[in-house]
Amino acid sequence: MSINVNGSTAKLPIDARVSLLDFLRDDLHLYGSKKGCNQGACGACTVLVDGERILSCLALAVQYQGRKIITVEGLAEGNALHPLQQAFIDHDGLQCGYCTPGQICSAIGMATEAKRGVPSYVSSDLGAEVILTRDELQERMSGNLCRCGAHNGIIDAIRETVAAETAA
Amino acid sequence: MTPFSYVRAIDAADALRLAAGSAAAYLGGGTNLVDLMRETVARPDTLVDVSGLSDTIEETDGGGMLIGAAVRNTALAEHRAVRTRYPMLARAILAGASAQIRNMATVGGNLLQRTRCSYFYDTDGSRCNKRAPGAGCDAIEGFNRNHAILGASAMCVATHPSDMCVALVALDATVHLQGGRGARTLPFTALHRLPVDHPEIDTVLEPGELITAVELPPLPFAKTSTYRKVRDRASYAFALVSVAAALQLDGDRIEDVRIALGGVAHKPWRAFKAEAALRNGPATEEAFRAAAIAELADATPLRDNRFKVELSTRTLIAVLGDLAGAAA
Repeated sequence: MSINVNGSTAKLPIDARVSLLDFLRDDLHLYGSKKGCNQGACGACTVLVDGERILSCLALAVQYQGRKIITVEGLAEGNALHPLQQAFIDHDGLQCGYCTPGQICSAIGMATEAKRGVPSYVSSDLGAEVILTRDELQERMSGNLCRCGAHNGIIDAIRETVAAETAA
Repeated sequence: MTPFSYVRAIDAADALRLAAGSAAAYLGGGTNLVDLMRETVARPDTLVDVSGLSDTIEETDGGGMLIGAAVRNTALAEHRAVRTRYPMLARAILAGASAQIRNMATVGGNLLQRTRCSYFYDTDGSRCNKRAPGAGCDAIEGFNRNHAILGASAMCVATHPSDMCVALVALDATVHLQGGRGARTLPFTALHRLPVDHPEIDTVLEPGELITAVELPPLPFAKTSTYRKVRDRASYAFALVSVAAALQLDGDRIEDVRIALGGVAHKPWRAFKAEAALRNGPATEEAFRAAAIAELADATPLRDNRFKVELSTRTLIAVLGDLAGAAA
């Protein structure tokens, strides 16, 4: 019963009640992923599973046996920040920072979805190629709340980095 | 959370066997069930994980589509044929929850998600007939802005939370089931119940019965269909009201139409009366209004949700107007 987190193999908890979020924080001491609402309403616990963004608070760790999890701690290469992390700093995409790890993981997953052609509720033509306009980004990032109100900076940071790669 | 054992099913027969004879629950993505368990609203002693079962989307011989119950919501919404042939379904899914939740949630789980009535969740302070049969309902005289205006009972005024189900009920989908007595299919319109005297029972599924797939019929005119959701904020909120509709015109005459409403009842509400009022009639705003009024004639709004009658009417008129423009 193991799971891969940020490239390392870890043993899953025996108690099936342990959420993926509690497992990451309490067992692996990865405190980047945050427990905001613990009921799937805020997005602060967002992590990537095999490249897809999910809410780790609504996930039972045991359900993710054998899967590859990336948390915010797994994004930088040594001391070099992930471009999106740097862009969050450059665009003031945060104030208190609590939602930031979830925002960043979410945006990376969002960009993968867009590259794959996943439409959104605000896409006027469901069959068309995805163009990550500001409206599209706001809709696609709506699962991540920021109570400091840094959403404009967050969208700017995403537009400059992962969204720009999608357009290329 | 009450302790439980966790087992993973390898196929439908295995799932049925694992779930038999206990207070077991099937686990899909867990986006609703895990939350309900954390709040102790749900207390299964065994979770049978069926999220690894059928996750394929296939074209059927009859020209429809067969969607495995473990297909993730995102996978269904992004499927090319769903987007082009059943846009109301893709749009309804994309209107629901957040992208993270749609990546986790399964089709089967979406069908069986429970109401988000806050009294249902409030295990400490509220009476709820759905959570504790016979306890009473604090929503009827309470804050009921989000509650039902159609088909409610004196026992329960909760609404069904799904967006996807509103499209599926409009499309005349079929639900494939596997149970102790074998396999059967059920029209989607017959899956969810009205509360009547037993609001604790959401669907007509038998104990232990497993949803294995959802089938879409070939419905060529569903290519001219859409889903509109009206909510308190622009995204990531449950519907105040929503409308799924498909329209087929012959000149200015309505040849066929499918309409369902969300956010207004204990189940996804197929608007049969509105459809009957529109069929073979003119595609005019006047006709759309008359159809909406016919559908909502039996509405019994509560203290805080009277606005839903007018909001449903206006949304229905707007959606049909858009589709008439697109179909012409």
